[in-house]
Amino acid sequence: MEAIVTQFFNIEIMVKALPLVLQGFGITLLICVVVIPLGLVGGLLAALASVSQNRALRWSAIAFVDLFRAVPPLVLLIFIYAGLPFAGLSLSPFAAVAIGFFLNNSAYFAEIFRAGLLSVHKGQTEAARSTGLTQTQALIHVVLPQATRNVLPDLMSNVVEVIKLTSLASVVSLGEMLHAAGLVRSLTYNASPLVLAAVIYLVMLWPVVRLISRFERRIAS
Amino acid sequence: MTQAAQGAVAPPTLTVRGLRKSFGAEEVLKGIDLTIARSELVFVLGPSGSGKSTMLRCCNRLEEPDAGEITLEGDPVTGPKVDLNRLRLRMGMVFQAFNLYPHLSALSNVTLALRKVRRLPRAKAEALGLAALDRVGLKAKAGSYPAQLSGGQQQRVAIARALALEPSVMLFDEPTSALDPELVGDVLAVMQDMKAQGMTMLVVSHEMKFARDAADRVIFMDAGRIVEEGSPEQIFEAPQHERTETFLARFSGRG
Ligand SMILES: Nc1ncnc2c1ncn2[C@@H]1O[C@H](COP(=O)(O)OP(=O)(O)OP(=O)(O)O)[C@@H](O)[C@H]1O
Ligand SMILES: [Mg+2]
Repeated sequence: MEAIVTQFFNIEIMVKALPLVLQGFGITLLICVVVIPLGLVGGLLAALASVSQNRALRWSAIAFVDLFRAVPPLVLLIFIYAGLPFAGLSLSPFAAVAIGFFLNNSAYFAEIFRAGLLSVHKGQTEAARSTGLTQTQALIHVVLPQATRNVLPDLMSNVVEVIKLTSLASVVSLGEMLHAAGLVRSLTYNASPLVLAAVIYLVMLWPVVRLISRFERRIAS
Repeated sequence: MTQAAQGAVAPPTLTVRGLRKSFGAEEVLKGIDLTIARSELVFVLGPSGSGKSTMLRCCNRLEEPDAGEITLEGDPVTGPKVDLNRLRLRMGMVFQAFNLYPHLSALSNVTLALRKVRRLPRAKAEALGLAALDRVGLKAKAGSYPAQLSGGQQQRVAIARALALEPSVMLFDEPTSALDPELVGDVLAVMQDMKAQGMTMLVVSHEMKFARDAADRVIFMDAGRIVEEGSPEQIFEAPQHERTETFLARFSGRG
């Protein structure tokens, strides 16, 4: 029992680790701020393409989504960071993470947006078009607000997944939070910094998870 | 006739010439000709699948005609250089399923096109929107969302949404078919009132009593063609075609 406390809940070590872990937390936040909007925009565009009338566009979008949903993000990240230099393209760790997550996130967000777009009845667009709105105006003012609202819990759950996935950035030595915590652990031979990182994740994500449950209940009722 | 006198004759509100439409191998409209004069109410009857909805939807090109010409007050609706979105402001459409926007209040449903297509400032759009809701007796429900309204109220908001754009013609596709019987009357009353105000209307419906009371002309469609047309008395009392007769007999038998 005592061993667990000293190994995992050692306050002294946590306090020492805190500055480094917080620095890592800053980088985690930075990755999230870049990667989540990119993924949302990419996902929305891919979803729109996947329901378009244009066959070539539709199929490219579906191929893109299938491919990047099937490739494990860890492999994708290593490939972009360590593989592309062989093709003459060297990227900074941050750029590699941004691109890798953009591709992976877009594919997942696209599936969610696609379900949302398909959930809006065709009569909605027809009503809008019958009053003179263009296809784009009908999309912006009528279809997208409903589509987004219908899949809001799924979008938010995916955001939580993405935040947790940012820890993968450690494989390309980007010093995000888990990377920092792991570093302190290997210096101290003590797992407490990892627990500290977990607590910070929990504090950050718990409100979001609660919010999702509330939305889900509201939509169910 | 002199040039000036010719110019003074207003063109019909809506004309349809040789309208054809197929879905895949199935020819749904096999050459429709129709002229609707200003302030006329034309009522369209016909069995399920006869092409009534498709004809209506071709008029504002929600469905793209394969062949034929359509004009609105003399302006071409079909053809290459048509500004369809401008034209659609002049053709209101009311759907069987209402198709109100569920994420917008009744008033915002009505003002969306006023603001985004006619580009009116918010205050002006809302004034027109409230006036349109008032015409259908729902000014008090301006802030309500579709889910908070009865079916009859939703359909009246949908009518207001079309009316607010001050269209030259209104197209109705079975506006009361999705309604509980006790809510049908309110919607028909609004349509009667529009007729009294001189609105030009093309109405696909099964409300025979409404046809008798309000229609100037009744058209019977079957298998993609107009089989017969005439005054309500002619069609209901003395149909010339057997198919019309059978259809009407089945209908009166049913209720
Ligand atoms: N988008 C479409 N794609 C394929 N077929 C269609 C489409 N719309 C209509 N049809 C077919 O065209 C025919 C005519 O349909 P339409 O909806 O115009 O008939 P209707 O007279 O309005 O019938 P109802 O009284 O049932 O509404 C039907 O056989 C229908 O299945
Ligand atoms: Mg129909």
